[in-house]
Amino acid sequence: MTATRTVALDGNEAGFATSKVGALLNWARKYSLFQYPFVTACCGMEFMSVASPRFDLGRFGAEAPRFSPRQADLLWVVGTISQRQAPVLQRIYAQMMEPKWVLAFGTCASCGGFYDNYTTVPGIDKIIPCDVYVPGCPPRPEAVLDGLLLLQDKIARGDRTPGIVKPREDPLVTLRTKPGSPLGAEKKRAPKPASAAPSRPVQPKPEPAPPAVHARHDGDDEEDEDEASE
Amino acid sequence: MSKLVLENLKEKFGAAILETHSDFGDDTALVAPEHWKAICQHARTHSALDFDMFVDLCGVDYPERGATGARIEVVLHLYSLGKRHRVRLKTRVGDDDLEGAELDSLTSIWPGANWFEREVFDMSGVTFVGHPDLRRILMYPEFVGHPLLKDYPANKTQPLVEYRSESEAGLPLEKLAPFREDEGMSFGRRTTETQEEPN
Repeated sequence: MTATRTVALDGNEAGFATSKVGALLNWARKYSLFQYPFVTACCGMEFMSVASPRFDLGRFGAEAPRFSPRQADLLWVVGTISQRQAPVLQRIYAQMMEPKWVLAFGTCASCGGFYDNYTTVPGIDKIIPCDVYVPGCPPRPEAVLDGLLLLQDKIARGDRTPGIVKPREDPLVTLRTKPGSPLGAEKKRAPKPASAAPSRPVQPKPEPAPPAVHARHDGDDEEDEDEASE
Repeated sequence: MSKLVLENLKEKFGAAILETHSDFGDDTALVAPEHWKAICQHARTHSALDFDMFVDLCGVDYPERGATGARIEVVLHLYSLGKRHRVRLKTRVGDDDLEGAELDSLTSIWPGANWFEREVFDMSGVTFVGHPDLRRILMYPEFVGHPLLKDYPANKTQPLVEYRSESEAGLPLEKLAPFREDEGMSFGRRTTETQEEPN
């Protein structure tokens, strides 16, 4: 976008060089997220699993927890936020240095979940801005990793519109494509498992329709449009 | 076996024990609120009763009993580690506006009653006379009302911080599809709103 513009290098901030520095900075930021875990509820167990070696947040440069918000870039809000905690969370967010990102871990942090009552904040975005929502009760570690990758993607693009992690498997698609399913297009998909079966002794479920699965990271723009149209 | 607990209480306090039953093996006595502390003191100290373990205390709202000054039923569960028997004591206090919803505190008998009485005070609005530190325990001090009373609106929240507006956030903040009638809490916020729309 900057290529078509002629820029006089008279010392102002616009121009080719600055945007490249920004890109370099974003690249550095996305692989060195210092996290502040704000863990309040059962999602914390899943967070521990994500942070521990089996799933290993360290692979994405995000393993270093900072237990002071002043040193953190990424606020993980893990679990239910009660009305009583809301001022605390707001204060924690205010203490973080720019640039800062927020990830809502689980349904309760994203929208209040099933707590539709006097005591629970219906989603942290009622109080603070939120960059990535990871649905699930609790989300699987894979979904959390998807959320982190989505966030890294957004950091690299400089995109601050909120994104939602999509499920890796859409149950409706799976049901439609599964042989013998009451919803399914049985004839179309029937030959596939037969041809795939002999290759391995333990065969995982046949992959559901590929387009829906791979829309995960590439489909951010579509997703945002969906949100806007609602 | 532990029917003798109820017999003992009836013998000692007579008319102050309003009702008793042992349904499903749970010995239960409904007692007069004036004698609440005396009966508990007796249950704690009498050698045949010896209720040394305070198990639970809670308040239950019966709005239809408000006219008779018995709106809040306070339920106490006791257990004796030595005798291995347990008993449930109930009493009823308060009218429609929670006038007279007062009970003597049991903290001098069982120190463990402290936080339970604070919870009953917080949730149901019963005042415990003689409690050393009677303030809200679960809700915040700014909270108005008692959320477990049946007349507390199910969809009423009292946020401590102002919510961001949707224009400030730049996205719709109500992300959940509204619950249908057979989903979620039928009286909850989202359901209530959608039910009002078509009318």
